Amino acid sequence: MLSRVANTFYWMVRYVERADNLSRLIDVNQQLLLDSERLDSDRLRGFWQPIILSTGDEEAFNTLYDKAGSAEVIRFLTDDRRNPNSIISCISLARENARTVRDQLSDELWEEINALYLFTQSDDANSLIAADPARYYQKVRRSAETFLGIASSTISRNEAWDFMDLGRQLERADKTTRFLDVASYLPEGSEGVETSGILHWSAILRSCGALGAYRGLNRPINARGVVDFLMFSKDFPRSVRFCVEKADISLHRISGTPRGTFSNEAERETGRLLADLNFSTIEEAFANGLHGYLDGLQERFNRIGGAIFESYVLMPERIQVCPVPESRSPSALTLWQMQQQQQQQ
Amino acid sequence: MEMFKGYDPGKFYDEMFGEDGAVRGHCAPLLNRFGHLDQKEFLSRKANSELYFLRQGITFNVYHDNRGTERIFPFDPVPRVLTAAEWEHLEAGLTQRIVALNLFLHDVYHDQQILKDEVIPRFYIEQAKHYRPEFRGVDVPADIYIHICGSDLIRGADGEYYVLEDNGRCPSGASYLLENRNALKRAFPAIFDEMGVRPVDSYPRDLLNMLHHISPTRDSDPVCVLLTPGCHNSAYFEHCYLAREMGIDIVEGGDLVVVDKFVYMRTTRGLKRVDVIYRRIDDDFIDPVVFRKDSVLGVPGLMNAYRAGNVALANAVGTGVADDKVIYYFVPRMIQYYLGQEPILKNVPTYLASEEEDKKFILSHLPELVVKAANESGGYGMLMGPSASKAEIEKFRELIIADPRNYIAQPVISLSRSPTWCDGAMEGRHIDLRPYIIYGNEVKIVPGGLTRVALTKDSLIVNSSQGGGSKDTWVLRH
Repeated sequence: MLSRVANTFYWMVRYVERADNLSRLIDVNQQLLLDSERLDSDRLRGFWQPIILSTGDEEAFNTLYDKAGSAEVIRFLTDDRRNPNSIISCISLARENARTVRDQLSDELWEEINALYLFTQSDDANSLIAADPARYYQKVRRSAETFLGIASSTISRNEAWDFMDLGRQLERADKTTRFLDVASYLPEGSEGVETSGILHWSAILRSCGALGAYRGLNRPINARGVVDFLMFSKDFPRSVRFCVEKADISLHRISGTPRGTFSNEAERETGRLLADLNFSTIEEAFANGLHGYLDGLQERFNRIGGAIFESYVLMPERIQVCPVPESRSPSALTLWQMQQQQQQQ
Repeated sequence: MEMFKGYDPGKFYDEMFGEDGAVRGHCAPLLNRFGHLDQKEFLSRKANSELYFLRQGITFNVYHDNRGTERIFPFDPVPRVLTAAEWEHLEAGLTQRIVALNLFLHDVYHDQQILKDEVIPRFYIEQAKHYRPEFRGVDVPADIYIHICGSDLIRGADGEYYVLEDNGRCPSGASYLLENRNALKRAFPAIFDEMGVRPVDSYPRDLLNMLHHISPTRDSDPVCVLLTPGCHNSAYFEHCYLAREMGIDIVEGGDLVVVDKFVYMRTTRGLKRVDVIYRRIDDDFIDPVVFRKDSVLGVPGLMNAYRAGNVALANAVGTGVADDKVIYYFVPRMIQYYLGQEPILKNVPTYLASEEEDKKFILSHLPELVVKAANESGGYGMLMGPSASKAEIEKFRELIIADPRNYIAQPVISLSRSPTWCDGAMEGRHIDLRPYIIYGNEVKIVPGGLTRVALTKDSLIVNSSQGGGSKDTWVLRH
């Protein structure tokens, strides 16, 4: 498979997964807000701050907005084209990537992402965000899930699938840690994360679609239980450990190296992280503060992503000349040149 | 006949109705079937076909437009119908033409016998913008230069077909031809019943066979790729579509590297040798080492691999000299010179601004003529005399005087019209026809081609960039 195409598959799914996670996060927190007592503007700011922080775009937000009220945050995360990680931007990018590999997608798969894109660009979407946001987020989530469902039933289990799965698992693992990290910023944090309210922890479970699965365990909803579940569960598909294990499997399917060994940096990093997760305890996660622990994980996910790019797209050991640009957004010069090519129409 | 009530064929050659206003025999069954639809059903089916294009992402990019950069290519559901006899005539004429054009290109890039015999003045070749003297003496794989040609045909008021131009560099639009058929079959399945319409789906197969034929390696399974400028090019949809239909990789310049005069693509398993490139990038941008230094789309070193005969390109480098609008003037002479035959398809009468007599005539008749720059396409760089303002005419007068080699003029040909749905009624709109001619082991032309239609009332410009749409094109078996 072409290296660029592998990279495109990886990002296509990553962006879909990102849009899905964001809409979960906003929806659940909006609902949470309805349950809370009326908040004054300071409390409101406190309420949304962690959500902006959890998506890692605080700086962008502060440059673009003066206030951090519900409306602003929601706008920033949902349909602000200036935020490269907003839902609308993620879906545009996912669709852009899909368009690039259109020749290798099933028609249904393309139509799903294209339809979602056309929806987010439509006036209908605009008015829905204002009038009935829950339905908007539900539609995005449903469509993202449909996309992944169609993918899993129409894509051969070959390299394309493995790269898609890598994108999905890494994005999921990362977002799960960010959902958990929301707790670190909650106003109740002064007494420590472990005592923060049941309402927040069930909201986090709901963000990950994990409330049902967790209830099945008959465990009380508290910090320890939820962090343990979302970090270390062997069975739940959004737990960090589950995702990292899947990523490890995909990486070894791509290279053909037996699991437990490695042939490149990406495999080494992933294998080591998986071992850490396999042999960690919940006490260790809290030992030096949950936030620091999660932060460390996010850094390791980034390293894995970088190493995948190095090994399969950049290939510095094989090619000395002509580096590949990492970013998918072309420069003005490139754009201009692409458009200059006379397709005799 | 509700749909066609009040239809006026006008003073033009109408593809569906004869001069007496009666339907042409070969169109009668079609008219009958359309006539039986009521308007509501027609509109809902038409809307379905548009949705099909949008959902499939069959769009083109509109430049200089920041939002909504993608549009669907407007599709009119009333097909254009060619009889078997008409098509046989066109097929023979187009085959003759592509053979002659290829003999000409071989000659121009080798001995230049046609220039020595003064059939074409040397000056015109050497001044041609797309002539590549650096490729003289280079043998190209299978000795084919134009592998895919999109010649534009028009039908005049006399009912005769003329060649308007030959597009021999990167003709585009074949994907619309294929998808128009798909869309029409989905939206109006009943109208195909027992009409004996020849299928068009062989195009990607013919294209792939041709690419295999020109592979420089003897390998039975050569690696072919489609080289695209990238997803911001107006024809990116088509590039993806054709690559997918052929089952070959679509690559960007950055995906290819040249090592020791061989071309490779970067894959997740390392480098993989490439034998044939169906390129949709212009010569100027294809190799920054040889052509434009600032090109970021091309493949450095590609021309070295090409000269060494290690990779085939379709179309070859330098074919632009043959579709220069001045050289077009000489195509009938080429046919006589190389083949000893009379041209089966006529050219549109053409005046060359660099011939003194012609120039005088052009400058004194500007308001009646169509003036075209020699190397533009897509409806750019032209003057439609009868509809132009005084200022536009004066602008072209200066342009012609300053650079006569770069301009030609032709009388305005009143293109034939075809019934087209326009905001609530059937009206006649001008059309042309672009068949796609593939030259590999043999010459293959998919029956029909892309019928382009000027949707604006009275407009003669059919290009998609200028508000044109398209129709399905039927060639009947009998």
